Amino acid sequence: MGKLSLIIKREYLAKVRNKSFVVMTFLSPILMVGMVVLIVYLTKINDNEIRTIAVLNESNYFSTDFQGTESASFVRMRDIDLEAAKDSIQKMGFYGLLYIPDEPDLEKVASRSIFYTKDSPGSSILDNLENVFEDRLRLRRLQELGVSVSDFESVGNNFEINTANFSGEQNLKGITEIKAFIGGAFGYLIMMFIIIYGGFVMRSVIEEKTTRIIEVIISSVKPFQLMLGKIIGTSLAGVTQFAIWIISAILMFGVLILVFDIDPSGLNSGASNAPGLVGGAAYMAASDSAIQLYANELFRIPWVMLISFFLIYFILGYLIYSSIYAAIGAAVDNETDTQQFIFPIILPLMLAIYVGFFSVFNNPHGPIAVAFSLFPLTSPIVMLMRLPGGIGEGGVPIWEVAVSILLLIVTFIGIVWLAAKIYRVGILMYGKKPSYRDLFKWLKY
Amino acid sequence: MSNILVAKEVSKQFGNHIALNKVSLEIPKNSIYGLLGPNGAGKTTLIRIINQIIYPDQGEIYFDGKPLQPHHISMIGYLPEERGLYKSMKVGEQALYLAQLKGLSKADAKSRLKYWFDRLEIGDWWNKKIQELSKGMAQKIQFIVTVLHEPKLLIFDEPFSGFDPINANLIKDEILELRDKGTTIIFSTHRMESVEELCEYIALIHKSEKLLDGKLSDIKKAYKNNIYKVGLGVQSANGLLADLKDKFNILSSEYVDGGIQLNFTVQLPSDDTGPFLSHLSGKANVNNFTETIPSANDIFIRTVQTK
Repeated sequence: MGKLSLIIKREYLAKVRNKSFVVMTFLSPILMVGMVVLIVYLTKINDNEIRTIAVLNESNYFSTDFQGTESASFVRMRDIDLEAAKDSIQKMGFYGLLYIPDEPDLEKVASRSIFYTKDSPGSSILDNLENVFEDRLRLRRLQELGVSVSDFESVGNNFEINTANFSGEQNLKGITEIKAFIGGAFGYLIMMFIIIYGGFVMRSVIEEKTTRIIEVIISSVKPFQLMLGKIIGTSLAGVTQFAIWIISAILMFGVLILVFDIDPSGLNSGASNAPGLVGGAAYMAASDSAIQLYANELFRIPWVMLISFFLIYFILGYLIYSSIYAAIGAAVDNETDTQQFIFPIILPLMLAIYVGFFSVFNNPHGPIAVAFSLFPLTSPIVMLMRLPGGIGEGGVPIWEVAVSILLLIVTFIGIVWLAAKIYRVGILMYGKKPSYRDLFKWLKY
Repeated sequence: MSNILVAKEVSKQFGNHIALNKVSLEIPKNSIYGLLGPNGAGKTTLIRIINQIIYPDQGEIYFDGKPLQPHHISMIGYLPEERGLYKSMKVGEQALYLAQLKGLSKADAKSRLKYWFDRLEIGDWWNKKIQELSKGMAQKIQFIVTVLHEPKLLIFDEPFSGFDPINANLIKDEILELRDKGTTIIFSTHRMESVEELCEYIALIHKSEKLLDGKLSDIKKAYKNNIYKVGLGVQSANGLLADLKDKFNILSSEYVDGGIQLNFTVQLPSDDTGPFLSHLSGKANVNNFTETIPSANDIFIRTVQTK
């Protein structure tokens, strides 16, 4: 054990003292925050651009309906025919021309109206215009039916079904997605960690091969000890880096929000679709109490359970993948030869992320989600996306978690054993780019 | 005399390639043992088996009378043919790390390193990075790291490749001194002449098999075939050569120096040179008379050819 800790210490220090590692550690949060700031800034610029739209209204309706908004202002035209209007708005550099013809009734006016633009118009502008027509039409129909606007609103048109599980606890719509998203964040973290630090392990093995120190070392320690020490040392360096990133990112976001007065909710605008004029108030009122419920629900997510499982899946998954990376590093002489071996590793990781985001979000306990959360090369990511829903009744069945972890442990032992064999032979092989067949032969040495 | 290392019928196969075929060796304590053979003969495989880097398919290795075990690693020092150091690590740090991996405590390793660094006059390298050193300088560090833990058995695989002549001599002297202190040393090389002068015992390995082994002087005795180089001072080309050719097995002959010196090689029936010398006495002046002793290389070539 003494030797293992020596190796871990050396690998850790070698990594942490590496200049590019230090630069990456401190530069990344700045870049990350910089990116977000840039995106927010660009979005604001985009929003701030006010488009001028000319309205040629020949009808008797809509005389006061087109009011300027944040993103559009309206100019009324009169006593001009359509062709002349088209010409003039192009000369004046307006964004578009809304033509409302003179027709006897509102329905016809609406259906014959045309919005002319040079290029195909943006969806936010179209929404804006369509809302005006929709509201007007709705009011008109309500009048025809003899219903007052206030009556209509009191009827309430925004109905959402309440859902509950069998023990009677109320479920919130969308909470499944939020939970899966939290799990997805954990899964994504695992994937990034594997790809970044697995690569570090691989490069470190290649370095030992190219500097020819490897034989000196393995005459003192077992190759397996060296491999394990390397993986652990590198991951500790990785954990250090992640910790620095997370802490500094939080600090920097805090500072930014205070200094630039950015509204954090502005970051995810666009997700909530602006409700129509009618019924909007009801929606707002409903969502206010919903936020409270969602918050409660988030607190009810079994965080302790989730984080413990995160650690289990993280450690096992990372060890499996990084020992494959170590074996690849041992098999080749330089990094350019690694491509053919890396692709099959990345594949299950990508698959896990995509299956997670498409399948688990829709149905956390569907057959595909279950299959991928049992398959050991994808389970660390997919299972974590399912777990925020809890374990046992209403969540992931206990047997699935047990089987998944059991399979992961068996795979872990098997893969590490295979990787150690390839590693042991590969580190002493020079000058040849091995094929998969060679690797298979090495297993028998 | 007891043996530090005994190999019994060790075999190792890689796929279809037989790297070692029933190789047996006995390496006596406190000797310098040459493991000779061309590239690819299986020397490195044998050495890796002794270092427990790989394991034999068949056969046993005994270290100091006991079957080879993991803890024996700390009693063996190994300088591989493919050797290197971490490029971006500092010299001192790296030497400490490697010494600790061999089982030395940090304090112990430090004081011994100081001794060796002073001895080889490289004390001011401690804080340099390996990439700042020349290849020869790095080799010195590797040598120190190999011997630092005072192993009972030292194994050098092509030790002098990469050293300039001055450093090679320095290392050779250090090796001889280690031998005098009681260490056993195995040399592995394909350049037979370079190690012949150092080795007391040798083993010849060719195509995965041991061809012969034993004390170098015994082997040479066994392989010498009573061939002598003779130089005679003669008055003029007379009937002496014909007479000699008649009575002895003259292998080659030539007159030099304008015919006053006759050089020839002769193979005598036994190592008793008396009859030959007494036959010459009175007929000519014997200017030189030397036995040709076969070099390890000659022996090797002959053994391979007769196999």
